[in-house]
Amino acid sequence: MKRSNKPIFWSLFGAGGMLSALIGPVLIFMTGIAVPLGFLLPRETMNYDRMLTFVSNGFGKLVVLAVIGLFLFHGLHRMYHCLHDVGIHVGAGLKAVFHGLAIAGTLATCYLLTVVG
Amino acid sequence: MANVKTYVRPMGAWWRRNPFYGWYMLRELSCVFVTAYAVVLLVGLARLAQGRPAYEAWRESLASPSAVLFHMLALAVVTYHAWTWFKVMPKTLPFLTLAGRRISDRAIISAGVVAAVMSSVLIFLAVSLASL
Amino acid sequence: MATRVITIDCLRYDPETDDEPRRQIYQVPFTDDMSVLQGLQYIKDQLDGSLTFRWSCRMAICGSCGMMLNDVPALSCQTFLRDYHPGGLRVDPLSHFPIMRDLVIDQADFLRKLEAIKPYIIPRDPRSVAEGTYLQTPAQLNEYYQYSQCINCLLCYAACPQYGLSSAFIGPGALALLQRYNADSRDAGTDERMQIVNAEDGVWGCTLVSYCSEVCPKDVDPARAVNQNKINSTKDYFLRFLTPWGKPGGT
Repeated sequence: MKRSNKPIFWSLFGAGGMLSALIGPVLIFMTGIAVPLGFLLPRETMNYDRMLTFVSNGFGKLVVLAVIGLFLFHGLHRMYHCLHDVGIHVGAGLKAVFHGLAIAGTLATCYLLTVVG
Repeated sequence: MANVKTYVRPMGAWWRRNPFYGWYMLRELSCVFVTAYAVVLLVGLARLAQGRPAYEAWRESLASPSAVLFHMLALAVVTYHAWTWFKVMPKTLPFLTLAGRRISDRAIISAGVVAAVMSSVLIFLAVSLASL
Repeated sequence: MATRVITIDCLRYDPETDDEPRRQIYQVPFTDDMSVLQGLQYIKDQLDGSLTFRWSCRMAICGSCGMMLNDVPALSCQTFLRDYHPGGLRVDPLSHFPIMRDLVIDQADFLRKLEAIKPYIIPRDPRSVAEGTYLQTPAQLNEYYQYSQCINCLLCYAACPQYGLSSAFIGPGALALLQRYNADSRDAGTDERMQIVNAEDGVWGCTLVSYCSEVCPKDVDPARAVNQNKINSTKDYFLRFLTPWGKPGGT
């Protein structure tokens, strides 16, 4: 029986799943609810200068890359499996599309993190 | 067994036949919101790279009712994802023992939830302090 | 004990006369101590001798009487008619298997898979009979004991939608038995079994629905057996690059 290449995608899926399980809710709350509404956190927390400072250092870049990249790999891998679950015939083509999007998103993040400063 | 005529039932909408499957599908579909949120962050990063006006416009749009509503929905769904993630986590781990006694599945789930709560509190506090 | 009447709605299928399954409804008098199996036996003995179903021990150890009760995989000898009254009971053959006749399914696919995983001790240190028995500590027994409790009842396969969507998937029961042998201290066959574990239809066909573990009458927890091996398979996948001279685990 041919060895599956699943372990690569499963590891990324797992890492993204763990990260999103641990800090997904708090990130969504902070960036999408608290800060925009000025609720429990000031609106200026995410202003241009502060955000630029955050992504200008190595730690900030690492955090942003990890969150965006791993969330994408987790989400898109599972979305691909959802298609299979509802009976849509998924082949190598769709697999390449979903995981390709995750790779593209991660590469875009890398590029943006280098040009932003 | 040769020459036995058997009947194969179609799968159809199998996820509707049992509530257990319904919850499973909900868990799986939570991935849509995880992906969507990542895209939101990616767009924000792109706007940041485009400069102050572009970023500030994006930041302004985050306060719109539809954006806040989306994030509230995402919060609920991703929290459900977190809960179900820790619920199945014991199944992915080998048997663990502490001082000769097996660590129960409940203990592992609790450990996961506690880790999530603690990381969330730490991150929130760190951001609160940084925003002073 | 008062006698009440329950409606039992059974799937019927006769391969010699039917192109498709049909349904037949029976009114079955029951007392609170009667199992679903006893209800079916009442139908066969008193109402309709043609109703066909498997059963044997009547005590949840032989694994013969698995069927779908209101869309839930269960052993008919271990479930009770009183719990389905007054709503009524719908009985179907186990999901995801071809129907041979009425409530009897074709388990040939499962039996093939059971054989494929090498369900026997491949000894680490072979002993002759003269040398006496293997020794095993209670702690070593604990590593595989629950997986050894499987009665091959197929409820887990009926529960598993991935098996339903693709019958090439090895499935929970066979993989639980595989883990039973891999985790046994007397066995050294893990490497030989890795090829099955690593395949797309091995552990990677599982998406952790874990309904299999919910329905297992013996608390085997096949979901754990399968998913523990995802880590093993991943380790095997990446570590083989570190030891290229290493053991065979797949093509």
